[in-house]
Amino acid sequence: MKIMVAIKRVIDYAVKIRVKPDKSGVETNNVKMSMNPFCEIALEEALRIKESGLASEVIAVSMGPTQVVDTIRTGLAMGADRAIHVDYPGTLYPLSVAKILKALVEIEKPGLIFLGKQAIDDDCNQTGQMIAGLLKWPQGTFASKVVLDKEKQTAVVDREVDGGLETLCLDLPAVITADLRLNQPRYATLPNIMKAKSKVIKKLTPEDLKVEIKSDIEVVKVTEPPKRKTGVLVSSVDELIDKLKNEARVV
Amino acid sequence: LSTLVLAEHEGGSIKASSISAVEAAKSIGNENSVSLLLAGSGPSLKEAAEHAASCHPSISQVLVAESDNFTYPLAEPWAKLIHVVHQKGDYSHIIAASGSFGKNIVPRAAALLDISPVTDVTEISDSNIFVRPIYAGNALCTVRYTGSSPCMLTVRSTSFSVASTSADSNSKPASIDQVDLSNFSEDDAVGKSRYIKLSSQETERPDLGNARVVITGGRALKSAENFKMIEKLAEKLGAAVGATRAAVDAGYVPNDLQVGQTGKIVAPELYMAFGVSGAIQHIAGMRDAKVIVAVNKDADAPIFQVADYGLVGDLFEVIPELLEKLPDKK
Repeated sequence: MKIMVAIKRVIDYAVKIRVKPDKSGVETNNVKMSMNPFCEIALEEALRIKESGLASEVIAVSMGPTQVVDTIRTGLAMGADRAIHVDYPGTLYPLSVAKILKALVEIEKPGLIFLGKQAIDDDCNQTGQMIAGLLKWPQGTFASKVVLDKEKQTAVVDREVDGGLETLCLDLPAVITADLRLNQPRYATLPNIMKAKSKVIKKLTPEDLKVEIKSDIEVVKVTEPPKRKTGVLVSSVDELIDKLKNEARVV
Repeated sequence: LSTLVLAEHEGGSIKASSISAVEAAKSIGNENSVSLLLAGSGPSLKEAAEHAASCHPSISQVLVAESDNFTYPLAEPWAKLIHVVHQKGDYSHIIAASGSFGKNIVPRAAALLDISPVTDVTEISDSNIFVRPIYAGNALCTVRYTGSSPCMLTVRSTSFSVASTSADSNSKPASIDQVDLSNFSEDDAVGKSRYIKLSSQETERPDLGNARVVITGGRALKSAENFKMIEKLAEKLGAAVGATRAAVDAGYVPNDLQVGQTGKIVAPELYMAFGVSGAIQHIAGMRDAKVIVAVNKDADAPIFQVADYGLVGDLFEVIPELLEKLPDKK
């Protein structure tokens, strides 16, 4: 069984983002970019499944401008066997990403697709659910544990839901999106980074895949969130209780 | 305008977050007829439908889908159901609260309809213009939906709080109609996912997402045993208990108490954070609280930048003193 993992290049999670003065978006020039942390977790899970002998190959896929190749190399250095880069210079919304993934699935025929539950830039939390819907595959979103049964061709997935942990059994092929606690992703070692340089990255375009990119969402503006008014430091518990009772009137 | 609100129900009543989604539907426009869709099986569904009919004056119709396919809220049959119901109703908008239920189902249903949904809406400016946080709430993005109908949204329930007067007993209850499922031809994916179980912590404390007061502990609590101090204080104030990702990862409390970008988003009247440093992803989950109190030994902790009242001190001294001096609010 092949596993396909979709990975996204985003502004590094530790960077404090800046909104552009013209409100057109967030500054990405000269900003450190990394693999979306949830995608790292998704890739790690796929690699562990392969290492346990339940999968034969892990294919990392990403889409976007030329620079996403850097992120793909990181994925290959973590241990993906090969990769596909779908080259597209513009903005891609989750629906287009899902359509491109669907086209790639038809070529590669994986038994499992892993994605991060969301990207930390646009926070959409949509692509995994959409690709599952388009393929008519079952979905296990927000996964914190995945157990495969090769014989029965199923995946038992623990999902982090509002009320606790939900356990589902999915028939393969299936789509699984990774939540934070699924695993602790590995770091790429130097030898593996060197090895990754010789791994194959196949380059395709949406036209090659016969996917028409359209967008039904238009960004009007991006702004800073309203600032909270500056608070005060109190010096004692008594003063705090007094403020809460008589000023804020919340206790 | 006509809006379909996807509702979650539990124990025979509609969840508060789904009623907030109705409130959001109301703000789309004046001439908006709102239908509520619920699905399930068994006697609790009937009870929930009756509650739905009178839970918000803006609801004009309650649609009930009864089938064993909907005993548990699985995405595969739900997405198909939305497709079927939309074919008949031709809605301008389809909305759900952006909890794990809505986020799981809405994008799948949207893909079946070839629609781009808008996630986590916090403000509705016009019937097709919405504001949503991006980068963990460090920026706000205003988007215009330019596609064909339905426009599909998940909305933050904390941004659309329901006025208490809206549960007006004088208003006429909405009509209850069964969804015709005879055309619910088994989609290829229905049945490919099966519910096994839900493990949850039984608690008498108020629900974290809707509590008036939230008391949160961070890693500085140092152990699950010490975390009980937070629970005691919460009990005294009739509050819900929250935790940071660090406290959850350290095993002091279960996952579902995590407040933050990847946990619960809360907006209580009072939020008290003890031993919380104030990581960006945590602040994203509580920045809309009306009053924020922070207690931390480290005067430079970023949490003080968002706190209305900060107290630099040792939580192991402060909490017992609060327990002694605060009035009971059970």
